[in-house]
Amino acid sequence: MKFIALIVIVLAILAVAQLTRIYELTSKLRNRNETDVDYRDNKMNANLLLLFGIGMFVSYIWMIARYGAGGNGVAASVEGVEYDWLFGVNLILISAIFFVTNGLLFYFAWKYHAKPGAKAYYYTHNTRWELMWTAAPAAVLSVIIVMGLVQWSDRTGAAGENAVVIELYSKQFDWAVRYSGQDNTLGKFDYKLINTTNPLGLATTETIAARVEELKIEIEDLEARINDPNTVYSVTVLAEMKESLATKERLYVRLLQLQENHDPAWDASSLDDIVQPANITLVLKKNQEYDMYFRAQDVIHSAYFPHFRAQINTVPGMVTRLKFTPSITTKEMRAKMKDNNFNYILLCNKICGASHSNMKLIVEVLDENEYDVWWAEQVATKTFGLQAASAPESAE
Amino acid sequence: MAASTHEHAHHEESFVSKYIFSQDHKMISKQFLLTAIVMGLIAMILSTLFRIQLGWPEQSSDILHAFLGDRWAPNGILDRNMYLGLVTMHGTIMVFFLLTGGLSGTFSNLLIPLQIGARDMASGFLNMLSYWMFFISSVIMVISLFVETGPAMAGWTVYPPLSALPQAVPGSGLGMTLWLVSMAIFIASSLLGSLNYIVTILNLRTKGMTMLRLPLTIWAFFVTAVLGVLSFPVLLSAALLLIMDRTMGTSFYLSDIIVGGEMLDNTGGSPLLYQHLFWFLGHPEVYIVLLPALGLTSEVISTNARKPIFGYKAMITSILGIGFLSFIVWAHHMYVTGMSPFLGSLFVFTTLLIAIPSAVKVFNYLTTLWRSTAIYTPQMLFSIALVSTFITGGVTGIILADSALDIAVHDTYFVVAHFHVVMGLSAVFGMFAGVYHWFPKMYGRMMNLRIGYVHFWLTLISGYGVFFPMHFVGIAGAPRRYYDYSVYEGFDMNQFNIIMELNVIISIFAIIGLLAQGLFLYNFFYSIYRGPKAVQNPWRGNTLEWTTPVEHVHGNWPGALPVVHRWPYDYSKPGADEDFILQTVPLAEGETEDH
Repeated sequence: MKFIALIVIVLAILAVAQLTRIYELTSKLRNRNETDVDYRDNKMNANLLLLFGIGMFVSYIWMIARYGAGGNGVAASVEGVEYDWLFGVNLILISAIFFVTNGLLFYFAWKYHAKPGAKAYYYTHNTRWELMWTAAPAAVLSVIIVMGLVQWSDRTGAAGENAVVIELYSKQFDWAVRYSGQDNTLGKFDYKLINTTNPLGLATTETIAARVEELKIEIEDLEARINDPNTVYSVTVLAEMKESLATKERLYVRLLQLQENHDPAWDASSLDDIVQPANITLVLKKNQEYDMYFRAQDVIHSAYFPHFRAQINTVPGMVTRLKFTPSITTKEMRAKMKDNNFNYILLCNKICGASHSNMKLIVEVLDENEYDVWWAEQVATKTFGLQAASAPESAE
Repeated sequence: MAASTHEHAHHEESFVSKYIFSQDHKMISKQFLLTAIVMGLIAMILSTLFRIQLGWPEQSSDILHAFLGDRWAPNGILDRNMYLGLVTMHGTIMVFFLLTGGLSGTFSNLLIPLQIGARDMASGFLNMLSYWMFFISSVIMVISLFVETGPAMAGWTVYPPLSALPQAVPGSGLGMTLWLVSMAIFIASSLLGSLNYIVTILNLRTKGMTMLRLPLTIWAFFVTAVLGVLSFPVLLSAALLLIMDRTMGTSFYLSDIIVGGEMLDNTGGSPLLYQHLFWFLGHPEVYIVLLPALGLTSEVISTNARKPIFGYKAMITSILGIGFLSFIVWAHHMYVTGMSPFLGSLFVFTTLLIAIPSAVKVFNYLTTLWRSTAIYTPQMLFSIALVSTFITGGVTGIILADSALDIAVHDTYFVVAHFHVVMGLSAVFGMFAGVYHWFPKMYGRMMNLRIGYVHFWLTLISGYGVFFPMHFVGIAGAPRRYYDYSVYEGFDMNQFNIIMELNVIISIFAIIGLLAQGLFLYNFFYSIYRGPKAVQNPWRGNTLEWTTPVEHVHGNWPGALPVVHRWPYDYSKPGADEDFILQTVPLAEGETEDH
């Protein structure tokens, strides 16, 4: 069906083209030079240009009215409100430039089309005018730059003393959260320590020892398989196994170095962290500033909080950060939007693979009382020290 | 080479040396144009395929099935990985193969010797080599669409680690290898071309053709070539390091990675390093694409407005200014990558500076139109459209250049809309203007005017129809490179409805835009063989190419090289009989050359 539609469209184009040819041939008979633009065509195109310009302006105004220019709904953070203000100022400014310059363009294009007897004005340059329209944009831009940089340094500067530290951990295709616990400090980590019981790779004396042991067993297993006299491997499989063994051995050496350099005094800051498995809502407190740190396990992701107007990439091998202060609870926002299913969200905004468009985490902002109840529960059940203490037994 | 010193007109050539391994710049220019048209068409079809998915997500489509088959569109529903592949290949082919190789390759080759009064390029052999490397790289890039694991899928910027790890996305296997091989050859082609352009412009100008009598096209091509020579090698090094990370176990861009359940031992590398190297090319690349288009339209606007280009020297200064500044703005693509925020502040400053020469260019175009007598040929219409998109896309750049504002719109459709308007539409419009204007010079025949009009209006309306609403998709918070927006259904129906409503409109315009190019293709190929024969100077232009015979000859001018006596923009000069004066006409008694 759709194919037939496609064929019809193609045939329609060919028909238009053929009609044009016929027109061309008949005008040849009438002794008109078809390759020259005649005054009638010229006027028509000039009129159409003006019409197009007007149409563009009308559609712009219509879209602003219908879809709004204020970003993704109401800004739900202190910083977001400031962001929306600056965005609005800039939008008004660029809209003015857009209207004036495009307006002049289409107006001139319409007014100065060639007419019988008209001659163009030979006008090559005017230094004074040119200096003026160099200086004017420069002046406007300095204002924009200063306003932007003031806000930029606010947004990226150090967080306040009372900011709560949180870590978000990204991998294909989910987000996990680590709250920094009573000491408001995130414990040390290393990607080599990551296993099923320690999904974020927190470094404590115990997790390091466990991982050293685990890797040692893996290496021994692999060696045994490679040297198994009863199995014949294909050349490629054997090469892969040997490469894997070499990788594990290198990791093992580095783990031993890590163990040697680890100070048991550091354990405490990890043990009181609250580690939440992937895909569990990120809970924040209203009017609390958050200093957020980000890591990635596999490829680059980007932590995009559209409602809080905040974004930072998460990069394997380095820690990135941003900060913001949620200012509207989820409940308040639902009332405001008249939508009981509304939720804040964290989206991935850097291409990361097949399920990139599904990599999300619900964010919930609670008021202080609700938050305290929730927090007490987390401390009681999800503190890393508690999990780690129970883990080795179940592993054995 | 040796042939160029012989008698040109009666020089017999075999089919192969005339049409295939030609060293004549005019033939090479046509070869570039044809290859670019094919590549542009492929890239446009790819974009239409993913627009079908975005407009009508996960609905079965015969068109998708027909193009992608059971492998990538089972039951007519687009595969998620292939969606990323389509996006990646659309971007790569458009930016590099159509708008870099195609645009510069076609018009630098055609116009540099013709407009400066040279017999050919400085090295015809390198020129031929440049085209054939471009051709080979195009073929490899197209082949990569057909490999089992799919083409590259990491976005046209191919950021590692995604592009380095086949475990992360299937396209990072063989597809990515072919991408890198193709790009390495492409870069070599681009460098050979650019060096040739620079040398030719500097050394082979005819008598009287001073730098300040060069048409603005040549200035634009010159600065473009310089940008290419200085920036493409950096991309090559980025690609080489990526090849090493992929195949030799190095860790330039990789560190602390667990992927597909496997712990890698790479450590100490930085993905940001790649981004710096990539954008050190990537930003000048924007102007490598734009400047030739602006150069072409400067010429077209002046000729068709029958009026000198206003502020010729200011235009040259702007081109030079844009060229210089384009090298110190690259990190404005990286405000939210985790780069030092202080570095970000510096790049805000330099980036916004680029708006100044851009504004000067716009005002000069406007003043050129003021009190002109504009003749609306299709090329003139496309040039007016270019000025419009340059403005519309340029102003949104002011928001994106501002790091504080980039935070919430970075990597959303706002960015996609911005660069498609300012770079995509502008450059494509410039290229169309060039094709319509110089078609008589290339093929000795005229294109049909009326089909040209219909093509222009459909292209302009669908171009704006696609990218204007797209800004609002971005402001509504839609991240780019999303397979669909179903994720929004779970938390914000309001935004979801906005995004979906606009996506349908955009997709419809995209399909109209693709179909409209059918008119162009018909007009182009029909006119090559059957168009009315062109006269020597159909647009009554001033520049030297219109003094060459309609039938191409080796060496361009049958007799001696022309001698230049004036700048190229003496249109409607008071006191002259005609409204144009060829550059070869000596100054009359008492006439001054004041511009």
